[in-house]
Amino acid sequence: MRRHKLPTETFLESAQRQLNICNACRYCEGYCAVFPALELRSTFTEADVTYLANLCHDCRACLDACMYAPPHEFGVDIPATLRTARDAGYVRYAWPHRLATLLWHHPRASVAVATLGGFVAALVAESANGRSLVAGRSGPGSFYTVIPWLGMVLAFGLAALFIIAVVSGAIVTFWRSGTVRPGKASWGAAWRGVIADVVPLRYLGGGGPGCPYPDPDRPSHGRRLLHQAVLYGFLLDFASTCVAAIYQDILHRMPPYPVTSLPVLLGIIGGVGVIAGCTGLLHLRYAAWRLRHERPAPQDVSFVAVLNLVAITGMILLILRATPAMPILLDLHLASVFALFLTLPYSRFVHAAYRVAALLRNRLEEAAQPQLGAEDEGVAA
Amino acid sequence: MWRRPLLYTAPYRTNSCPTLHLRAQTVWEVHGIIGPFARQLRTAGPAADPTVAEDTPAPAPAPGDAARVPLLQAASAPWDVVVVGGGNAALVAAITAAERGRSVALLEAAPRHLRAGNTRHTRNIRCVHTESDRFMPGTYLAEELFADLASVGRGATRPELARIAVGRSAEAVAWMDQHGVSWQRPLRGTLGLARTNRFFLGGGTALANHYYTVAQRAGVNLVYEARVADLELEDASFVTVVVALGGEEVRIRARAVVVACGGFEANLPWLRRYWGAAADQYIVRGTPHNDGAVLARLLDLGAATCGDARGFHAIAVDARSPKFDGGIATRLDCLPFGIVVNREGRRFSDEGADIWPKRYASWGGLIARQPGQIAYAIVDASMTGRFIQPLYPPITAGTLPDLARALELDPDTLERTVTEFNAHCDGRSPLDLSQLDHVATSDLDPPKTNWARPLDHPPYSAFPLRPGITFTFMGVAINERAQILTQAGSPFARLFAAGEIMAGNVLTDGYLAGLGLTIGTVFGRIAGHEASQVAD
Repeated sequence: MRRHKLPTETFLESAQRQLNICNACRYCEGYCAVFPALELRSTFTEADVTYLANLCHDCRACLDACMYAPPHEFGVDIPATLRTARDAGYVRYAWPHRLATLLWHHPRASVAVATLGGFVAALVAESANGRSLVAGRSGPGSFYTVIPWLGMVLAFGLAALFIIAVVSGAIVTFWRSGTVRPGKASWGAAWRGVIADVVPLRYLGGGGPGCPYPDPDRPSHGRRLLHQAVLYGFLLDFASTCVAAIYQDILHRMPPYPVTSLPVLLGIIGGVGVIAGCTGLLHLRYAAWRLRHERPAPQDVSFVAVLNLVAITGMILLILRATPAMPILLDLHLASVFALFLTLPYSRFVHAAYRVAALLRNRLEEAAQPQLGAEDEGVAA
Repeated sequence: MWRRPLLYTAPYRTNSCPTLHLRAQTVWEVHGIIGPFARQLRTAGPAADPTVAEDTPAPAPAPGDAARVPLLQAASAPWDVVVVGGGNAALVAAITAAERGRSVALLEAAPRHLRAGNTRHTRNIRCVHTESDRFMPGTYLAEELFADLASVGRGATRPELARIAVGRSAEAVAWMDQHGVSWQRPLRGTLGLARTNRFFLGGGTALANHYYTVAQRAGVNLVYEARVADLELEDASFVTVVVALGGEEVRIRARAVVVACGGFEANLPWLRRYWGAAADQYIVRGTPHNDGAVLARLLDLGAATCGDARGFHAIAVDARSPKFDGGIATRLDCLPFGIVVNREGRRFSDEGADIWPKRYASWGGLIARQPGQIAYAIVDASMTGRFIQPLYPPITAGTLPDLARALELDPDTLERTVTEFNAHCDGRSPLDLSQLDHVATSDLDPPKTNWARPLDHPPYSAFPLRPGITFTFMGVAINERAQILTQAGSPFARLFAAGEIMAGNVLTDGYLAGLGLTIGTVFGRIAGHEASQVAD
């Protein structure tokens, strides 16, 4: 039998070939939801690949366990393939497409431009209004003497609406692209399943013993815990903002609030979580550079970095809010929040929405399955 | 003519995933043979002159075969235990000996990315258990496992050794638990064997990766690309192991040697001695490094053989698979769903003889005995999607003569075979492969004794089949202490064997899924333990 060489294979062909090898092998099915989900399919459309890609949490357990990983001639590298497919999906499903392409491919520049731009714009606006940038201010409403309340609400409210529109549009397109339609499964049970998957970030557990990223020889739950710190820190910060809005608009108590007040306490706990988590996750990215020779992707670094910047500037602002540095720090903090908001629909941030959607589809699919293995008398080794 | 599909030879490489290019190098540098080896030599190794080892600066981190030579030479005092091989049995033996405080060197012939030989392709261990847990339902008692073993081939070669493998299998699993092996719960791909076999999470490569980490922590000196060229027994107090390492030959001494380097299935000229030219058509499912060189040397030294020279574990794999290392993905599970014909277009065996997992391992030998060592599994459209997704697409045609032409078979014979088969089938009930349905052909030779359904839903699909060898059974004879026996029947005092190289002491013909791991783990532990005693 002669062997033929093809110089290249398209990305989709490569992904389909690799997933078919997984389907014929099935050794990895204990690691995560990707493998049981691919076993439900015999062919893989582009939408299937994108769906599986968003189920993948990139823990690398399957790569390390794969006897077909490069340099084997089968060249199976599911984490890398799904990472590429996932990133392509983020851009493909985002609107407007040109902006998405531009911002996704220049993550560092877009974060830097948005932060600096927001900072300079705030400074210019304040100078134009003749307010001193260094004069110490305190007392109720002092933040709004730096940037007026209406300006903040307009800038961030519009940005938030934009984010919600773009991300939900992307998720709807992603959801509709699925090929296996959920059957008569209960949506309530599926959502409970998703919560059970997301709360512990189950699929960063490497199937139980921990995630072998970054160190293949030492699987650990470190990455899962750091990611949880970011997730819950972010949610606490979000809760802090909501509580502050209630304080201000319903209870008519103007910020800044005392350290022992609910919004500030939530903010402090959340901020510490985000800073610890982001710093740790960045550290793991760079450890992987050493241990796995994987250069950190700029999208990963800039997303984690801007999230960390928001948290760090927020904490510094809290500490120094009664000093003359307050206006500058406030500008810087708000500029970083602005950059986070502006780049959010075109950054790694959207992984959260896609993962939840993929996990929900997975739960619905699994629930629609007949008794597991009824016709599958698989033989192994 | 069907060919190997084009896509399978050109791994895709994305620009955004430099890891694809770098992985081999990564692995090399990260786990480098050099760093850990040098460190361990200084801390745990048996260096004759500790000051030399202490004062010698660690070699430059640039990896290179030549750099390892002085390291191995530095150990001029005998190692307590040298383990030849790097798969499951070797690792278990090395860990066992190192945990008993012995200095251990493990010589793996393969490079780092191919380490662990056929263990890379394993998935489960067959073991006795008297109660169910969350990984294994029901119970599986020693008598039942022994009876299962007796029912394949001609039964156990040496029942007393088979009893040891069976009797100590539960203990082996407990040992694996103690050493942090992760298991997985029965899922779709594992259900058929869930009661009898325990599945390690992620399969054999993950297991071996874990064992390498455990071995390294236990102080075992791991050397890759170290091929054992010779064993010398002139001196009564140690064995000299000649190692080909980076183009040089290094002589090291060991108080005991555990040989656990697999069968000779990757050595096609050797297989040809017993199978003639047929051997050239075999596909080797596992590592290309199991060339049997050390086994040959042991036989030269007067070791007794055990096991049938033609005995092997071989299954039906897709004929389009790579010659070596295709592993589990190349197997085909569609055989009981249709018929299997040979090059002449005729059926030659009962496709429904037993529950598929039990029958699975007999097809390699059946195809090996057919002309041209090729066969074709044919199913009709009603069976599509019923079996595990095959690696390669089927060859399909709307009519049987067209299918025959695509397979280069005689159209008339194939059509006659199928027509005759259909005429002798009257079953139409839905197929359930999990139990024997006793829906058999009537008056047909050979019969199909279960799941006999006519092939009459075009289009028809065919998969070309070759014998896929997993491992050979003929190896060295051992005693209950895992000592290798001479032809006179007395043991070599310092030579031990574990794993595939002694599997012929248990297996004659045929195979039970997961038993290779049982034999390797049980005898790996015995060999490691006994070798440490000798090293005292």
